[in-house]
Amino acid sequence: MYEHDVLVIGGGGAGLRAAIAAHEEGADVAIVTKLHPVRSHTGAAEGGINAALRDGDSWEDHAYDTMKGSDFLGDAPAIETFAKTAPEEVINLEHWGMPFSREDDGRVSQRPFGGLSFPRTTYAGAETGHHMLHTMYEQVVKRGIEVYDEWYVSRLAVTDHDDPEDRVCHGCVAYDIKSGEIAGFKATGGVILATGGLGQAFDHTTNAVANTGDGPAMAYRAGVPVEDMEMIQFHPTTLPSTGVLISEGVRGEGGILYNDEGERLMFEYGYANNEGELASRDVVARAELTEVNEGRGIDDEYVHLDMRHLGEERILDRLENILHLAEDFEGVDGLEEPMPVKPGQHYAMGGLEVDENSETCINGLYAAGECACVSMHGANRLGGNALPELLVFGARAGYHAGGRDLGEAKIPTGPSAKSEDGHVDTPVSPGAVDAGDGDVAADGALVEPQEVIQHHVEAEERRVTELLEKDDGVNHAEVRADVQETMTDNVNVFRNEENLKEAVEDLRVARERYQDVYVRDPSRTYNTDLIHTIETRNIIDVAEAITLGALAREEFRGAHWREQHQERKDDEWIKHTMVSWNDGRPDLYYKPVVLEGEDKTYEPKERSY
Amino acid sequence: MSTGIQESETEADTEEQDTAAEESAAQRQRMETKRQRAAERDLQEKAEEELDDSENAVELKVFRYDPEVEGKEEPRFDTFHVPFFKGMTVLDALIYARDHFDSSLTFRHSCRQAICGSDALFINGRQRLGCKTQMVDLDWPVRIEPLPHQDVVKDLVVDMEHFYDQMESVEPYFDPEETPKKSDLEEQRQDRENREKIKMSTRCIWCGACMSSCNIAAGDNEYLGPAAINKAYRFAMDEREGENMKQHRLNIIEQEHGVWRCQTQFSCTEVCPKDIPLTEHIQELKREAVKNNLKFW
Repeated sequence: MYEHDVLVIGGGGAGLRAAIAAHEEGADVAIVTKLHPVRSHTGAAEGGINAALRDGDSWEDHAYDTMKGSDFLGDAPAIETFAKTAPEEVINLEHWGMPFSREDDGRVSQRPFGGLSFPRTTYAGAETGHHMLHTMYEQVVKRGIEVYDEWYVSRLAVTDHDDPEDRVCHGCVAYDIKSGEIAGFKATGGVILATGGLGQAFDHTTNAVANTGDGPAMAYRAGVPVEDMEMIQFHPTTLPSTGVLISEGVRGEGGILYNDEGERLMFEYGYANNEGELASRDVVARAELTEVNEGRGIDDEYVHLDMRHLGEERILDRLENILHLAEDFEGVDGLEEPMPVKPGQHYAMGGLEVDENSETCINGLYAAGECACVSMHGANRLGGNALPELLVFGARAGYHAGGRDLGEAKIPTGPSAKSEDGHVDTPVSPGAVDAGDGDVAADGALVEPQEVIQHHVEAEERRVTELLEKDDGVNHAEVRADVQETMTDNVNVFRNEENLKEAVEDLRVARERYQDVYVRDPSRTYNTDLIHTIETRNIIDVAEAITLGALAREEFRGAHWREQHQERKDDEWIKHTMVSWNDGRPDLYYKPVVLEGEDKTYEPKERSY
Repeated sequence: MSTGIQESETEADTEEQDTAAEESAAQRQRMETKRQRAAERDLQEKAEEELDDSENAVELKVFRYDPEVEGKEEPRFDTFHVPFFKGMTVLDALIYARDHFDSSLTFRHSCRQAICGSDALFINGRQRLGCKTQMVDLDWPVRIEPLPHQDVVKDLVVDMEHFYDQMESVEPYFDPEETPKKSDLEEQRQDRENREKIKMSTRCIWCGACMSSCNIAAGDNEYLGPAAINKAYRFAMDEREGENMKQHRLNIIEQEHGVWRCQTQFSCTEVCPKDIPLTEHIQELKREAVKNNLKFW
């Protein structure tokens, strides 16, 4: 068994920042990650990092923009903590050597981004995430923080009290991909989940193959409720053939969207008469798909993003990476012709319920970054707000787990935060095929840390052995492909009740087929067949939670649009959609949105751009 | 394990022009090459399209090895026939083969967009990223092997530990003599020119293609290698760190297994998927080191 004060699961931006923070507090911290840290998908973030750094800007404005962007589904204590802390986090990065793009006077450049009232997006070319990831990994190396890379965490070691709020997380179980060793990891101070996105639940996504929602799925099954899972951001500019992201920075610098008739669609059809291409992402994504649905798309599939008028010099200076992506992955030269783009799954606003100290309702268990829902993005995340989020809340997770007093959180978590029961009519029951399948044995007998970890190690060993020893069965890749297909067909930008119900049924079929999966590769050495098979179960669990939330929320808010409910219903729906696993019988309920900030209350207003 | 003999430029291309001009010229040239490639590809793609797609399968010859599985302990090549589609990359083909024919086929991959650096492979005798290599740019059948000069763990997966050790041996972290007080929320200033100077060096994605292509690294296991030296360059040339740190950094790369081992064969520069002028960076550090030593005389 391995032992540390603090364990960070995931080596991307949030995980690295959390580890550095815990180390600053003097904790013995280790990162356990299925990819080497520099392989993490934070590296693919292109656009930038929002922070109110300059005269004329203020954290209050940044907070308001974020709240408005969230369509008033964000929690004010999270948003205000975020907007206040983002500037010092950006300065921190600069002090760690991050190669930001610069102004003539040598200061860090900032550019306009969608939904922002001030050009406050700092950036490093169109490869901001790459530089941020590497800069933070360098600091992890400098501090000698231990990294268990290519270790796949498959289970949390949590006590089995009936009420999730009584449970304690003592560590996790991980599988060494290279050697096949299954080991327990004990954490005396806390376990921080920083596992990133869940885009692999969809088939057209900007996310990496590794973004399989492992953290949300693991913690959900261990008792942490997931929040606002229906809020999935579809990025308006991804390359049609691969889903590779074309940064919002292109529109920030002045790129224009055209339909098949050469019309500047954002203005021509009144989608955003003021902000045009720089309206919030959900607005632009719907505009593009409406064009396609009404027959004005190119090849009935996409629209054009044109940046030629910016000139070669400016493009090379600020967007060079975009030229390479368009050329390598779509065969288009952005200097000579417009780039084809269409919406693709990009980001999960929802995730594991945490408070502004990044704590879940399970003692000793934290979550930060995309896998968490703190909730600051609410129904729609603004471009350039994900990277500062993972800095701010990654750091807070690390500080808190490392022992720093961050004050009492104002955002309530856990089943006790429930304000209202929820209900959805589903054609089949969601949840585990054999409900109560032993992920958390609910009798309160298992509390001693060593025993808890040992129990979970043994359970994992049984599961792995069983998967490896089966001689025949279903290949997980077929199940995964079915899930991705139904999610993209039925739980996409435009949603309706019938399709959502179809997805619930399809996911049930996927669960049943998953009962018969087997791993063809018998090897204990670098068995990716095994890892992917375990991931596919996580994909099913998060896909189902997304679909249940989407079915429950009968309104149109932010990224979530329903055909029969095309207006925002503030009287009824300023509340978070919560799903708890409930030992295999998912329970839907609601909790209030906190609109009261420190000095003011955010009054919901119409969101127009 | 399996390696082809490297094609290499033996012509020693030593000290040349002023580096700033060189950089932008190099950049222009890179863009020009890219454009030419794109034009060539268009022609090729047209030719491809004339073939009937449904009949059109790519033949892959893939290196297989697993030390603990019967029948795979001895390295061998497996052949897969994968249906071709327009825009297919080597990674797409490998994923297809794995998901449809043999789920034990093992390779690293994640982002699919040439930024995570996981899938550097030896494709038709050259180090390339699988995700960034179009099938139409290759001669068929396509032969896919693990990176040469690194221990094979299984199939196409190599042990990266030595590469990581070399990267981490050059103190690869920003370490300025002083920074503004954190509470002042004040950044360090950096000239645009200076940022431009280190820009290419900061693009490294740690894929290991350069190290695998380097004959010197193959023969001298302690040689820092192009990627680590480039990392050192990134900091040595960053004006924010200050002169003393620069001296320290030059001392690191001047060691016995440092920059002087480079014989300017340019193989690293040729294979770098991020177009980093690695050999130029190594040469520039040699010049800096010489200048630095002269100062003490």
